[in-house]
Amino acid sequence: MNLNATLLGELIAFAVFVLFCMKFVWPPLMGAIEARQKKIADGLAASDRAEKDLALAQDKAKDQLKDAKAQAADIIEQAKKREAKMLDEAVHKANAERENILAIGRAELEAERNRLREELRKQVAALAVAGAEKILQRSIDEAAHSDILEKLVQEL
Amino acid sequence: MAAGEELTLSSHIQHHLTNAKMCTVDGSVAFNKACSEAGFWTWHVDTLAWSIGLGLLFLWIFRSAATKATTGVPGKFQCFIEMVVELVATNVKDTYHGKSKLIAPLALTIFVWVFLMNLMDLIPVDFLPAFAGFVGEQALGMDSQDVYMKIVPTTDINLTAALAIGVFILMIGYSIRIKGVLGFIKELTLHPFSSKNVPLQIALIPFNLLLETIALVAKPFSLALRLFGNLYAGEMIFILIGAIGLMQLPLHFVWAVFHILVIVLQAFVFMMLTIVYLSMASSDNH
Repeated sequence: MNLNATLLGELIAFAVFVLFCMKFVWPPLMGAIEARQKKIADGLAASDRAEKDLALAQDKAKDQLKDAKAQAADIIEQAKKREAKMLDEAVHKANAERENILAIGRAELEAERNRLREELRKQVAALAVAGAEKILQRSIDEAAHSDILEKLVQEL
Repeated sequence: MAAGEELTLSSHIQHHLTNAKMCTVDGSVAFNKACSEAGFWTWHVDTLAWSIGLGLLFLWIFRSAATKATTGVPGKFQCFIEMVVELVATNVKDTYHGKSKLIAPLALTIFVWVFLMNLMDLIPVDFLPAFAGFVGEQALGMDSQDVYMKIVPTTDINLTAALAIGVFILMIGYSIRIKGVLGFIKELTLHPFSSKNVPLQIALIPFNLLLETIALVAKPFSLALRLFGNLYAGEMIFILIGAIGLMQLPLHFVWAVFHILVIVLQAFVFMMLTIVYLSMASSDNH
């Protein structure tokens, strides 16, 4: 256990090693480590942010979907209402048309019947007159006896 | 066992525990036994070579990782290097609260360098000395008993003392830089015994100075001797185990496995204490 010049040599070597390490080894290594740490931290933060964004977007999408569904239901409801209304209107219109047509038909029928009855009555009157003429075997003055004929016609 | 064999065993151990020396005698370079009279100006060439070689290995490994370092996905090698760096950085950050560009690289250098030097202890004790002896005999025509090769630099007190002195110089430097010369002197003289009474305080200065100086100087001593003692003892046991024949195999295995712990622990302890001492040196509140 004797101290000698080796100590001085080692002291110089130690100093040189430490200085070299301080200048050329530690800073680049630490720099790389710290830069990577920052990168990872940034990445983690970004992924957090993305996660939040995703949740937000999902919420938004859900809301929009809900809105769209509500809107669609609304539109369908409206359409149904309109359909019912249109159907109703059409039915009403058709009913009115039918009533109209029926009324016209009935009026025509009535008019025809009245006309026919009139004609028939006239014919019967004529026949009655003819019959009476034949029975009386003489011509009757139509003008003198028109009140009687009129009465006859009325009775038919 | 005959006396001759005992002598052989003890000389074998002695041979293992002796450094290869180099010095100048009468203006010419001399080696080993010729240097017994050289005194201080003796160089342990094996300690110097192995420690500087391992230091360069450390710098080369970490420098190559540093130049290849990317902020992208790191490779396995880079991951490993960065784990070591992170370990050191975390310990420094937890212990040293001031701002210094030196402490962390210093701690890393100490940790890895000391670890690599300690790691040499796990190479079976006879391999490299025997190889060196063989080379010396064949290539240089030396007596193989005259070729010394101690491959664990941390079992040389010169190296551990150099590390401790380096740390000690930094401790004093940091003390003066942070607290000023006056603050440093105050720290040495006004604690731990202090009084508001001025004459009494002056009377207490010698005691304080004595205590504080001992406390200060004890730090590098303990640093140097702890590392040296642990590794020297470990090496010694490896040598003893290596000398007992076939039975050494299981024993060597057990001791080597245990020694892995010692190797890492001692490197770590040296690093941690360096950080702690420097943190104490740079904190104001005593």
